Amino acid sequence: MLLPVRGLPAAPHRPLTHPHSSPAPPPSLLGARRRRPSRRLSKVVSYYGLTTPPYKTDALEPYMSRRAVELHWGKHQQEYVDGLNRQLAISPLYGHTLEDLIKEAYNNGNPLPEYNDAAEVWNHHFFWESMQPEGGGSPEAGVLQQIEKDFGSFFNFREEFMRSALSLLGSGWVWLVLKRSERKLEVVHTRNAINPLAFGDIPIISLDLWEHAYYLDYKDDRRTYVSNFLDHLVSWHTVTLRMMRAEAFVNLGEPTIPVA
Amino acid sequence: VFLFLRQVSVPSHFRSFYSWAVPGRPPAQSARSGSIIYQPHRTSPRHLDPPFPFPKPSPHTPNTLSMALRTLAAKKTLGLALGGARPPAAARGVATFTLPDLPYDYGALEPAVSGEIMRLHHQKHHATYVANYNKALEQLDAAVSKGDASAVVHLQSAIKFNGGGHVNHSIFWKNLKPISEGGGEAPHGKLGWAIDEDFGSIEKLIKKMNAEGAALQGSGWVWLALDKEAKRLSVETTPNQDPLVTKGSNLHPLLGIDVWEHAYYLQYKNVRPDYLTNIWKVVNWKYAGEEYEKVLA
Repeated sequence: MLLPVRGLPAAPHRPLTHPHSSPAPPPSLLGARRRRPSRRLSKVVSYYGLTTPPYKTDALEPYMSRRAVELHWGKHQQEYVDGLNRQLAISPLYGHTLEDLIKEAYNNGNPLPEYNDAAEVWNHHFFWESMQPEGGGSPEAGVLQQIEKDFGSFFNFREEFMRSALSLLGSGWVWLVLKRSERKLEVVHTRNAINPLAFGDIPIISLDLWEHAYYLDYKDDRRTYVSNFLDHLVSWHTVTLRMMRAEAFVNLGEPTIPVA
Repeated sequence: VFLFLRQVSVPSHFRSFYSWAVPGRPPAQSARSGSIIYQPHRTSPRHLDPPFPFPKPSPHTPNTLSMALRTLAAKKTLGLALGGARPPAAARGVATFTLPDLPYDYGALEPAVSGEIMRLHHQKHHATYVANYNKALEQLDAAVSKGDASAVVHLQSAIKFNGGGHVNHSIFWKNLKPISEGGGEAPHGKLGWAIDEDFGSIEKLIKKMNAEGAALQGSGWVWLALDKEAKRLSVETTPNQDPLVTKGSNLHPLLGIDVWEHAYYLQYKNVRPDYLTNIWKVVNWKYAGEEYEKVLA
């Protein structure tokens, strides 16, 4: 989904090893002249750029002020992008797509130094696209059916989302995810930068619960922030598209057994 | 009768906690902005209220009825009168915590930390930790007396978080001091010597604490800790509201710096390093030095 901004030929998969510990290249034959690659070509590198939210920075007013969006997107997310690029310049993880990078760098719960920035870049991009001006309300058709199936009712889903968001102690994110193996939607929260991709879940909605996401507009009132997100900002349109994509990986339908 | 009892048993600061929502009973803010006096009979137009009418839970709010009932409960007459019904936690004397006063005005730390930040931080954040800590302790007491083991375990995270929030902030307020009263003055005496010995110089210590604070992911605290056994100073960080004691029972906090975003966001926005640089101008080294000498005495 997120690709490096400048064209990078598909990078060969490099095993996750430290550059210094990688096996030495095979020794060249004595006297054989090694073709030196062109310096200019060998310098092609590509890094991540700051993606733009799919609306103007003041489009979410009054529920998320322009000032808050500009700081959050233009400063915080930019810092994560810069931090990630700084690390990739010297990292053996260079060349992965962002999603692969997050999974690799999570390292089964012992995150590598690249993890934090990589996950935050992804999380914020996903967060901006989880919202739209005039959002909120309730989903329709298939998404609503799936929510009613997995939570009992849309009201229950809303309660669960609020409960999960308010019970997160400290900074983090609350997510609506599609569990691959259980084949159902679930609300989870994660600490700091942790991203459910690493657990094999398919994220559907994300909401930033770091204080920087709501402090300028709501101060310490996380409850109003979360309820405004659900009532006025969340984009069920995006959710529908994400669910459609997720269905390529998870069979949500009832098995229909043809009668002979 | 039980319902009635429950009502009275709510600690007095809970009532003042919610009272701002009652129309016509706004809390008054005294000239010294650090203390808010609850005046139930004052009626004033809404626009004269302080912008965040969140009265400080005051332990001094007199409530004769509940006090009388508590006295009765203490004498166990009430329990007997109810035919053995268990009096609620507060009546049985479960310790409740109250929000401590700030030893200076909200605006006194400007320009290092703005008055608005201090007010929100004290009246909203710290007050919420205290309220939720008391609530969790009451639930814990109920769970213990019911013998509900899983509920007891479940309450641990709330107790650690809210209790830690109360402990940490109570230290944090004492760690700060207005410049006019000697804030930021480098430590003298034994602590000064110990810092030179363990870190090289005070500048190196500050640099180390700033670096660790800036590198801390998410919310948390950075501490100057004293190891009581080894008699050595160290720099520690704790995530979220974990108090320093979670890093080792030997560690005593001399100085804690809040690096939650709520501690600086309104003023410094995303630039945590600037906040960390400026906070040293209002650090109360005298308090840290006294703690150091007290612990090692």
